[in-house]
Amino acid sequence: MKYVDEFRNGELARAVAAEIASITDPGRHYKLMEICGGHTHTIYRHGIKDLLPDQVELVHGPGCPVCVLPMGRVDEGIAIAERPEVIFTCFGDMMRVPGSRGNLLEIKAEGADVRMVYSPLDALRIARENPDREVVFYAIGFETTAPSTALTLQRAKKESLENFTVFCNHVTIVPPVRALLDSPDLRLDAFIGPGHVSTVIGCRPYGFMPEDYGKPCVVAGFEPLDLLQSVLMLMHQLRDGRCEVENQYSRIVPWEGNLAALKSMAEVFELRPYFEWRGLGFIAQSALKLSEAYADFDAELRYSVPGVRVADPKACQCGEVLKGVLKPPECKVFGTACTPEKPLGALMVSSEGACAAYYNFGRKSYEKVEIGTKG
Amino acid sequence: MCLGIPGRIVEILDEDLLLAKADVSGVRRNINIGLVHNEDEKIEVGDWVLIHVGFAMSHLNEAEAQSQLQALEEIGEAYEQELEELRASQIE
Repeated sequence: MKYVDEFRNGELARAVAAEIASITDPGRHYKLMEICGGHTHTIYRHGIKDLLPDQVELVHGPGCPVCVLPMGRVDEGIAIAERPEVIFTCFGDMMRVPGSRGNLLEIKAEGADVRMVYSPLDALRIARENPDREVVFYAIGFETTAPSTALTLQRAKKESLENFTVFCNHVTIVPPVRALLDSPDLRLDAFIGPGHVSTVIGCRPYGFMPEDYGKPCVVAGFEPLDLLQSVLMLMHQLRDGRCEVENQYSRIVPWEGNLAALKSMAEVFELRPYFEWRGLGFIAQSALKLSEAYADFDAELRYSVPGVRVADPKACQCGEVLKGVLKPPECKVFGTACTPEKPLGALMVSSEGACAAYYNFGRKSYEKVEIGTKG
Repeated sequence: MCLGIPGRIVEILDEDLLLAKADVSGVRRNINIGLVHNEDEKIEVGDWVLIHVGFAMSHLNEAEAQSQLQALEEIGEAYEQELEELRASQIE
């Protein structure tokens, strides 16, 4: 238990780990999925796996917004960014995501006006400062980030800004989880629910996991101890035969979510009939587009985005890793043709991507286990 | 971009535009407070909030804020990068 010493609550972490071990049925294999990419990062960064009994397996879920964006949407963003009248703004994470003909950083080097922003409100300021240019914001993210785009658009509308549009790629967390539960590839026992998404949507939307599929769910915080405690809560439910949604992160996550955020989202967005996800294919009502009232701010309408479907490179197995069917090092190109320096797939780009997290932190613990220094 | 970072409100700048100045590990930048300062709840100078892409997402108590800050400092690079991006931000 090397990593446990790095925890600020080392003693407590040890006690929780011991309790998990004590209630683990040695004859059973447990598959728990952490949905959120931030959790995946913490799990690798702190070697959480090494603190759990061998019977308890953590499976990485589809909760990294950069990773789930299909290559067609990356290409379409790049096509908008290449237009001479456009200033294309996006979060730093998007800059190196590979499209089929390069990434945003490369077209920037070739002269496209691509600017990294911290906030959609920075994109709005750039639009105000450049009235003779068209400013497009590349919106990505789950329900954590969607309210910020919604509030930004409400402000743009109030100011009647005519040179600001949003290329909307916001996605919702519940439909892909349902798709995973419907898929025969994967047998999961329980879910570690996302923390920040839940500050917005609350805990109610996870009710389908116990109610329709008989799977417990615990909404978890981001510190290593939060994750251990959440695993313990799930193990208690599994041992006792209980099946419900619990909130380990109640100090931040209100059961009902953030009503102001939900209200803004309802005004600005509507559900798309379907949306393509990397690795998961088309999923009904799994993404957001701008509502009728905000059509003037919709980059897809202004630039008539064609909706092209582009297959991932043949060697790339991001889809299988996203579905939890493969672990990162089981991918054919992991660490060879695909590294954080030269990523082939999106899961190697974002720090929340399972492959980048595993490459940066997981290998160390993996190697230690290999040479027998675990314990 | 998926990080939430704790910051302390140092000034409410505009009640209509819902802008406040927040201090995040010594970096002072403007943020939007519309999600935590509305008919359901209010924030005040001195309060801690969880900030995501320039928006206060929720209230934090001080112990929680300190605990999250320490955890972020431990993760190192990703937090440094987030602060770097925050430094370049000029929300108006």
